[in-house]
Amino acid sequence: MVALTPISRTAPGFYVSVVAAFGAFFGVFIGTGQGNLIAGVIGGAVLMGALAFVMTTIIKNERAARWGITILLALGGYLLAGFPGLVIGTFFGWFFGFMTFWLYEGRYRAKVPPYLTPGQVLWHFSFRTICGAIFVFLITPILVVMPLSFNAEDFFTFTPEMLRFDPAGYSLKHYRDFFTSSDWQNALRNSVQIAPVATLLSVTFGTLAAIGLSQPHVPFRRAIMAILISPMIVPLIISAAGMYFFYSRVGLQGTYIGVVLAHAALGIPFVIITVTATLVGFDRSLTRAAANMGANPVTTFFRVQMPLILPGVISGGLFAFITSFDEVVVVLFVGSAGQKTLPWQMFIGLREQISPTILAVATILVIISICLLTVVELLRRRSERLRGMSPA
Amino acid sequence: MKLTKTLLASTALTVAATGAVFAQDSKSPVAGMEMANEMTIVSWGGAYQESQLKAYVEPYLEMNPDVKVVWDESSGEGVAGMRAQSEANNVTWDLVDATAADTMRLCDEGLAMEIDHDEVLAPAPDGTPASEDFGDEMLVSDCFIPQIAYSYTFGYRTDVADWNGNAPTKICDVFDLENFPGKRSLEKRPHNNMEWALMCDGVAQEDIYDMLETDEGQQQAFDKLETIRDQTVWWTSGAEAPQLLADKEVVFGSAYNGRLFSLIEEQNQPIAMMWDAQSYDLDGWVIPEGLDEPTLNRVKDFLWFATDTQRLADQAAYISYGPARKSSAALVGKHAVLGIDMAPHMPTNPDNATNSFVQNYTWWADYRDDLDAKFQAWLVN
Repeated sequence: MVALTPISRTAPGFYVSVVAAFGAFFGVFIGTGQGNLIAGVIGGAVLMGALAFVMTTIIKNERAARWGITILLALGGYLLAGFPGLVIGTFFGWFFGFMTFWLYEGRYRAKVPPYLTPGQVLWHFSFRTICGAIFVFLITPILVVMPLSFNAEDFFTFTPEMLRFDPAGYSLKHYRDFFTSSDWQNALRNSVQIAPVATLLSVTFGTLAAIGLSQPHVPFRRAIMAILISPMIVPLIISAAGMYFFYSRVGLQGTYIGVVLAHAALGIPFVIITVTATLVGFDRSLTRAAANMGANPVTTFFRVQMPLILPGVISGGLFAFITSFDEVVVVLFVGSAGQKTLPWQMFIGLREQISPTILAVATILVIISICLLTVVELLRRRSERLRGMSPA
Repeated sequence: MKLTKTLLASTALTVAATGAVFAQDSKSPVAGMEMANEMTIVSWGGAYQESQLKAYVEPYLEMNPDVKVVWDESSGEGVAGMRAQSEANNVTWDLVDATAADTMRLCDEGLAMEIDHDEVLAPAPDGTPASEDFGDEMLVSDCFIPQIAYSYTFGYRTDVADWNGNAPTKICDVFDLENFPGKRSLEKRPHNNMEWALMCDGVAQEDIYDMLETDEGQQQAFDKLETIRDQTVWWTSGAEAPQLLADKEVVFGSAYNGRLFSLIEEQNQPIAMMWDAQSYDLDGWVIPEGLDEPTLNRVKDFLWFATDTQRLADQAAYISYGPARKSSAALVGKHAVLGIDMAPHMPTNPDNATNSFVQNYTWWADYRDDLDAKFQAWLVN
């Protein structure tokens, strides 16, 4: 992108006050950390405002000023809070140096259209900040778990050693516990035995159902669809209690097959939804053409339709897999202790023995989920590219 | 240090092994009958289940290599689980660990099997029949096979600056926000909390349960709890209580004494015990009603072994809960890993039991459902 708008330096009153406002905002955290909120807010505002003014009017050279503030705040952080303070101070220094000159030089206007009013420019950046804040809000709980899983102690606490980045505060013992404890290994084995089979069933039935329901001549299509999707909508605990009593009566409760069937029922809606979505873009005349060439419906399905809807099938299958792999409510009812899955074991761990091993397992599961979702995204892009919907 | 630990551990193993030899001499009454080879045992998880595993499940499996034990950590929902299984006519639990009050409820509802203690449980080594060895204060129900006596007691952090070097010594310090400020934690259940509240509101110990039967008495207890409510964090699972203390989320809180022991002695946290007004409770096995013959035989064979004098004493080497048999008391030794004497950490130790509070299980069995509802309603108001 090129600069759309000619830019010019802004008035000191503007950039100094904005930088001071940010200083006040970060001062909230520093102040609370040091036990004095008001001092933090006022100190942050005054300090950052003054530094911004000094950088732009006295030092003037941008590179020197930005290095200067980074080093200054890093040192200040180090004196206040040791090594972690150094890291935070360096970040603040970099951020405020960037911020000051970004505002001072008027660079913030460079990439927005020239006709925007100041209010619109403000909204342009506020909107991005809000989106960023929501993202942070959603992702922080997951990120916090990860360093805690390397805790050398048996509690969910950031110990002083960890905050000092002292290697003694960290350990892999919770990962070791996961890989050596027979409880966790049994649970992992059960999960690995249940999830793929449940996924296979979900994919088979879900794809068939989606294809059938996409035929215009099927009666009560919407009603059938609603029933098949219902496991996704009905509160899980209701399905679970229902399955418990039904499966007990037919002798499936507490069996491997029972858990697999229950998870397949939960996974089917995901497959139906994704496959139905792919079928929208499927050209029906292809099947008619195949029939015209003498192919029977089964051959048509596997040779013509299946390859085209495959991305939908695979992403539905991945969702079904994750559902089964992450599910705890239904398996608590339908399974017996012999089918203890990973989430069940985590649930027990949380309830009976709060140990960071759970966090280690959570970290591993998060990584697996990230890998699976990346695969889904890559497949989606590939299918779009194949259909020529987006530039490669 | 490492070496001593290893030595002590191996000593413990030797002791356990000698015990196993002794046990084979006393055959259970079902020995030789047809027995199932799989058994689902329901327990509490955590350090307690670990102590059961080490003290008698592993030795039992060593003697019976073809038996498989499946653990289900569902004792927290033991009553609900057994009700559901009986309603669905599908009993999948073979042996359930339950508290005395839960057992009374299960027994009243016909969900647990009534047993003859002298027939099912081994006599003491000197020949004293089981019913005498456990004693009436332990055998509180015909369905109950006691294992341990534990207590609800308090732990506090020893590094609270606001307390000016004072440490809580009396139960009423829990309600004293002036001298002992800071968050405290209590169990999210009425039992014990209601009694402690009345005790600190000037009610004599022997009148507490009479008071709690009346609406005014209940109100009085709730009013007392109200005074600390905004400073209280409520815990629901046994593991939460020590976690809250270790995390400095609370400075003072009730917990099972065994969990506190592990927090203080095994995890070396800056926490100390306050034994005043500790409230005893019992925990033991329950056999669900409706097991088939071979499974029942297996369960009985296991119980004969797992509740004998030596096994109950062995359990005390892993967790600081008092064995339910009188004859086990003399055999309680040192911690299996730390090698410290376990006796001073037992709730029944005279130094700890200067002002103990005996919870009335029978009373709670009758009033629990009602008071649970009132307590939950009070919590949300």
